[in-house]
Amino acid sequence: MNTDLTMIWAFIIFLAVFIYVVLDGFDLGIGILFHRFKVGHDRDTAMNSVAPVWDGNETWLVLGGGGLLAAFPLAYGLIFSALYAPLIAMLLALVFRGVAFEFRWRDSGHRRFWDLSFSGGSLLAAVSQGVMLGALLQGIAISDRAYAGGWWDWLTPFSIITGVSVAIAYALLGATWLVLKTEGALQKQARNMAWWLGCATLVAIGVVSVGTLFLSEAYFAKWLAWPRVLWVAPVPLLVALSSLAFARSLRSGHELAPFLLTLSVFLLCFVGLGISVFPDVIPGAVTLWAAATDHSSQVFMLWGTAIVLPMILAYTGWSYWVFRGKVDAHGYHS
Amino acid sequence: MFEFFDALMLARVQFAFTVSFHFLFPAITIGLASYLAVLEGLWLKTGCDDYMSLYRYWIRIFALVFGMGVVSGIVMSYQFGTNWSVFSDRAGPIIGPLMAYEVLTAFFLEAGFLGVMLFGMSRVGKGLHFTATLMVALGTFVSAFWILSVNSWMQTPAGYAMNADDQFIAAGSWLPIIFNPSFPYRLAHTLLAAYLTTAFLVGAVGAWHLLKDRANPRARLMFSMAMWMATIVAPMQIVVGDLHGLNTLEHQPIKVMAMEGHYQSHPDGAPLIVFGIPNSAEQRVDYAIQIPKLSSLILKHDLNAPLDGLDTVPSVDHPPVGVVFWSFRIMIALGLLMAGLGALSLFARVRGKLYEWRPLHRFALMMGPSGLIAVLAGWITTEVGRQPWTIQGLMRTAESASPLAAPAVAASLVAFVLVYFAVFGAGVLYIMKLMAKPPMPHEPEPNNVPERAAGTTPAAAIWTETLASGGGSNA
Repeated sequence: MNTDLTMIWAFIIFLAVFIYVVLDGFDLGIGILFHRFKVGHDRDTAMNSVAPVWDGNETWLVLGGGGLLAAFPLAYGLIFSALYAPLIAMLLALVFRGVAFEFRWRDSGHRRFWDLSFSGGSLLAAVSQGVMLGALLQGIAISDRAYAGGWWDWLTPFSIITGVSVAIAYALLGATWLVLKTEGALQKQARNMAWWLGCATLVAIGVVSVGTLFLSEAYFAKWLAWPRVLWVAPVPLLVALSSLAFARSLRSGHELAPFLLTLSVFLLCFVGLGISVFPDVIPGAVTLWAAATDHSSQVFMLWGTAIVLPMILAYTGWSYWVFRGKVDAHGYHS
Repeated sequence: MFEFFDALMLARVQFAFTVSFHFLFPAITIGLASYLAVLEGLWLKTGCDDYMSLYRYWIRIFALVFGMGVVSGIVMSYQFGTNWSVFSDRAGPIIGPLMAYEVLTAFFLEAGFLGVMLFGMSRVGKGLHFTATLMVALGTFVSAFWILSVNSWMQTPAGYAMNADDQFIAAGSWLPIIFNPSFPYRLAHTLLAAYLTTAFLVGAVGAWHLLKDRANPRARLMFSMAMWMATIVAPMQIVVGDLHGLNTLEHQPIKVMAMEGHYQSHPDGAPLIVFGIPNSAEQRVDYAIQIPKLSSLILKHDLNAPLDGLDTVPSVDHPPVGVVFWSFRIMIALGLLMAGLGALSLFARVRGKLYEWRPLHRFALMMGPSGLIAVLAGWITTEVGRQPWTIQGLMRTAESASPLAAPAVAASLVAFVLVYFAVFGAGVLYIMKLMAKPPMPHEPEPNNVPERAAGTTPAAAIWTETLASGGGSNA
């Protein structure tokens, strides 16, 4: 029984992090691209397209962190003390990014500064998240339930590659969101960006995937050992198919399809990460079951999650429905 | 001197700094969300446009404060892991679920409906918009419920057992954990504090505009509403605070000894030390001005009741007396001033001079930040008073921290201080700019519209647009 609940909780945290990456991914992506847009109408429109939803999106990050503390307290303490520097950088970057949503409208004299705070904060947050992903994949030194490494261990060529890759992928998500939510010249610019970012994302996925295989023999075996390779091969194949469909939809002027196909690529990458890491929570060091919280805590939280999570999804969906359609510099209009 | 700033002390300073900054924002948003709900409710009920004007005036300030609360709050939710990993590991099975419930039942509710509350009036209509406001207000309340339950459990732990990995786990039912002994008192005391914080901010803004134009009906309205809160809630808070203190005496007597400055035991009636300088090296209060036996009367309701002092406690378990002693007195002094302003305003109201008596307005203006300062002082009293423990009597602060190198913590602390002062300093400036503008009739909706040259989209046009799409009746 305990075993099953640990799996359920691993899935819930996985889901929360995925939803976070998708939702805040397009917010952060718009931030990363922000300085490529013309000052005035285009920047105002890009910002307004996410203004009503950004802090709901960021709440999934709190659920990812809080959920990890609740469901896998050992992993929560180990991972975040090991990834100290990039995590603090991400938190501070999110401060700059978040306040810019309000501050840039309140102080036209310093709008350039708050625009920089928005784009710089978004970029640094995205790179930090990617660096943390890379650092986690390459492993964390642990002895006796405590982090045993130094405070620069996270910094390697691999973690820098994952950092840049995540920023590129978020930018792609942001560009396809703008294709969906805007019109005219801005939409055309976003479509053009999406094409190049799509190519870059595909390269990044390839480099990170191959890099991961050579990080440890365990990763290599999880993907290439016979007959397991037959079970996991559909993941890269589906990435290739989604990419082709993405290119076609972008070229043929679709507005929604590029965004959805980018989401499907994100989901496939997440499944791939799951295949690489499972059944560990800290690769090669701590399994899900070793880090899992007490059974009573799992049950207590599952009741709440089962009741509340569908309600959250319902009213979050409603909020997106309220702000459906195209946006312009004046915000959403009916 | 330098060994004082080891990694542990740096981590404590960092937590104290980031949580103190963060706490100011929810202290405002809890009260302000309810105030906004009251304003919108009264507008729907009476149709009086001044209520909607005040709603729109304050919602711009609410949006700024809420945004700062969100970003500083995310820092808190990760700081347990970065700096207090041993505490997270050992206490996680208890505090983790409570904090997860806070995210699920409060944060999503607030964030999910905030977009509609800020930008959705013309898209969803009056009824649904009011519902959104109510949901945001409910979210702030539920958030306070869970996080104060966590904090109270660390003050008065209950309902736990230990497992083989030395983790705190639920012994059986979760109810004794959630409703631990100090929780109901702390919740009531903190919520009233948040309402008072908002009331005195609103009162000061109203007073400021009355001093400039005592005929402005919206300034009158907000000042009057705020002064009713001061008159009614400030005395309630004194009663609730007293009950909370008695609860602390029962469960955390050492904290009360530090608050009172009682180094020595008093077998036949303890004095109330009004002022003095706690001297922990000599275990006495220097230059004490004290009233004999009053402390026993307040705490035990008996002039001659014996009260133990810190001399009955091993010195390794003493909290830093000076900090607790002074922060407690600052809170009490501000509480009494608040009740005083409430009484004076009632006096002026009865005499029909509420909007004319300028000394009252100046007093109210000066009291604007009193709630914020009192909240911080109270928080410092209860948190520093719990030291040297993170979980009272069970887990020491010294055994809770992550194994981090001091330079890493020092660097992050410097970064937090620089960023918080710069960013939130700018935010406070913007809030004060908004507060300096008088509340006008037909305040525009808080759409994120750039400040543009006059004539393109005048505020009045946006107002009319809203009315046309079901925004309400125009006077």
